[in-house]
Amino acid sequence: MKKILTSLALLGLVVVGVETASTGAIAAEEAHNAAAPTHFPIDQPKEMDWSFAGPFGTYDKAQLQRGLKVYKEVCAACHSMNLVAFRTLEGLGYSEGQVKTLAAEYTIHDGPNDAGDMFDRPGKPSDYFPAPFANEQAAAASNGGAAPPDMSLLAKARGVERGFPRFVFDIFTQYAQGGPDYIHSLLTGYDETPPAGMVIPEGTHYNPYFLSGVSLKMPKPLSDGQVTYDDGAPQTVDQYSRDVSAFLMWAAEPHMEDRKKTGFRVLVFLLLFGALVYLTKRKVWEGVTH
Amino acid sequence: MSEGHSTYTPKTGIERWFDARMPLPRMVYDSFIAYPVPRNLNYAWTFGGILAIMLVSQILTGIVLAMHYTADTTLAFDSVEKIMRDVNSGWLLRYLHSNGASFFFVAVYIHIFRGLYYGSYKAPRELLWILGCIIYLLMMATGFMGYVLPWGQMSFWGATVITGFFSAIPLVGNWIQELLLGGFAVDNPTLNRFFALHYLLPFMIAGVVVLHVWALHVVGQSNPTGIEVKSKTDTVAFTPYATIKDAFGMIVFLFVFAYFVFYLPNYLGHPDNYTIADPLKTPAHIVPEWYFLPFYAILRAITFNIGPINSKLGGVLCMFGAIVMLFLVPWLDTSKVRSAVYRPWYKLFFWLFVADAVLLGWLGSQPAEGSYVFMAQMATLFYFVFFLVALPVLGLIETPRRLPNSITEAVLEKNKGGGHHPAGATAAPETKG
Repeated sequence: MKKILTSLALLGLVVVGVETASTGAIAAEEAHNAAAPTHFPIDQPKEMDWSFAGPFGTYDKAQLQRGLKVYKEVCAACHSMNLVAFRTLEGLGYSEGQVKTLAAEYTIHDGPNDAGDMFDRPGKPSDYFPAPFANEQAAAASNGGAAPPDMSLLAKARGVERGFPRFVFDIFTQYAQGGPDYIHSLLTGYDETPPAGMVIPEGTHYNPYFLSGVSLKMPKPLSDGQVTYDDGAPQTVDQYSRDVSAFLMWAAEPHMEDRKKTGFRVLVFLLLFGALVYLTKRKVWEGVTH
Repeated sequence: MSEGHSTYTPKTGIERWFDARMPLPRMVYDSFIAYPVPRNLNYAWTFGGILAIMLVSQILTGIVLAMHYTADTTLAFDSVEKIMRDVNSGWLLRYLHSNGASFFFVAVYIHIFRGLYYGSYKAPRELLWILGCIIYLLMMATGFMGYVLPWGQMSFWGATVITGFFSAIPLVGNWIQELLLGGFAVDNPTLNRFFALHYLLPFMIAGVVVLHVWALHVVGQSNPTGIEVKSKTDTVAFTPYATIKDAFGMIVFLFVFAYFVFYLPNYLGHPDNYTIADPLKTPAHIVPEWYFLPFYAILRAITFNIGPINSKLGGVLCMFGAIVMLFLVPWLDTSKVRSAVYRPWYKLFFWLFVADAVLLGWLGSQPAEGSYVFMAQMATLFYFVFFLVALPVLGLIETPRRLPNSITEAVLEKNKGGGHHPAGATAAPETKG
């Protein structure tokens, strides 16, 4: 009977063993087929140092302002940011007056007025970033058939699967920067040359960091010196990419600083309260063998 | 245990007045103060209380979220973002609620595994166990429908895939699926009925929880030895002993919960759900929430037809069968001994089962291709072997270790090494067990 039991137990162990072995096999299977990869992205995003990472992370306001500039001058030509209101830009360190001026640079289509007509007016802080295209179809038609995604949540809507065991370590390192890491890697990944023999579909651009294929419709959007910074930050593709990624993280999660600050207080409270309750528990159970 | 005489004596006039008309204070006193609990309960027994506070937390945050949410396919996604951006502390409510669902399941899985390990489902606690299984089923339905409400890509495609299971059922399948969806595909009627049901089900859970607690208070708690309470020395009063221990367990649990809410609020979610649902764009991998992954792996493991049963129906049957197993546990287990502490072979199989469940969960998150499929098939096989072979057979052939005569004896035996204290002696060494 013990034999039956042992073999059943072994079945359980074998399942675990096979798993470990075949995970390796899958990795090996993929490695030697560089010209026709089946799993994307081809390269994992590079992990950058972000000011907002970790339990005490805060946004670098100068960086966010630079990122906004990159968005306005480059990305906004094709990408909407429908969920971000001008008024929230005060979170980037702008004054109320500056936000008003900034909003007024935009023309907002509004109406109908009392006469029943639609009209254009300068933007107000309560307005949202206007979209570059009237609708998704127009956006797709102007961009080779693929509508550029809205950028409001992009930094949370993109992320490369971390895989075992990294996803376990991520809990302890509080890694939550998959979005900005991905965006930065994608924006700086256009210059790499595809492996020999790889077929790049016409009208698309090779990028080993792209999440869902060998190439994407968006051409390389940034080049050195394209956006003028007035705070002395380097005017390079790498810097632009970092800044706009940080800005998009803010756009996706404007209350992150507040969240982490509150979290610290909550955890400290629970720690102290927990310690007191534990001591009380010891006192209560003192003398009761259990 | 509540069969015992009530020890409540109303002391004030108001208490006497109530006691003569509706003895609510007596019930509270008998259930949460004087109620005797085994003295040897370990921290695994604090999860019942933890689950109660998670349910309350989910209902409270959920009601406030519902005040700001709009169940309409064109508005739902933006209304959730409005909560995240503009509602005062909206981000906190929403992250508490979405992570709360996950931690509700963390707690319920520990609670269920505790029951399996210590044989808490055995007579006379079968009904208690089954009520628990019903709560678990209701939780799954609630969690699934809640995940649809933000109307992201995974919401939509998850709903499409999961409601699609029902179409595999012969004859009535399509009818059930259309009834669930309110149409032929996931759309506005689906979102509306899911919202209504997502609001209703938690209150049904609360109702079954009342029955669960009622049944518990009739049969009393099990304990790590699995031996029934025999005398007064086997128990301590619920208050202060269990209340303070539960309180500490809750705080530790809330600490981990808060860590995720404040530092990793999107860790347990899927990035695709921050993209608005698009019926024309299928995500590369449709993955349900993590707490469904083992069942999802079982569903996809059946890639072959068995006679008249095609692979789709076979998968659905296995998936539901996996849950049905839990309901049958009280009768599948033939052992006369409750606790795995005294069952060396069962203990081994229990831990293999835990490993198997974790493995199935991981497989559920991986694409169903290549060797993953074979692994999922093996793991599924072991899942059913555990319930249908190991539980009944082990009980018949296993020689359990010697059982202590009573809880008190077990406790004293365990503390012999560190202490020389008779029951009730002062300054007993602290033990986690």
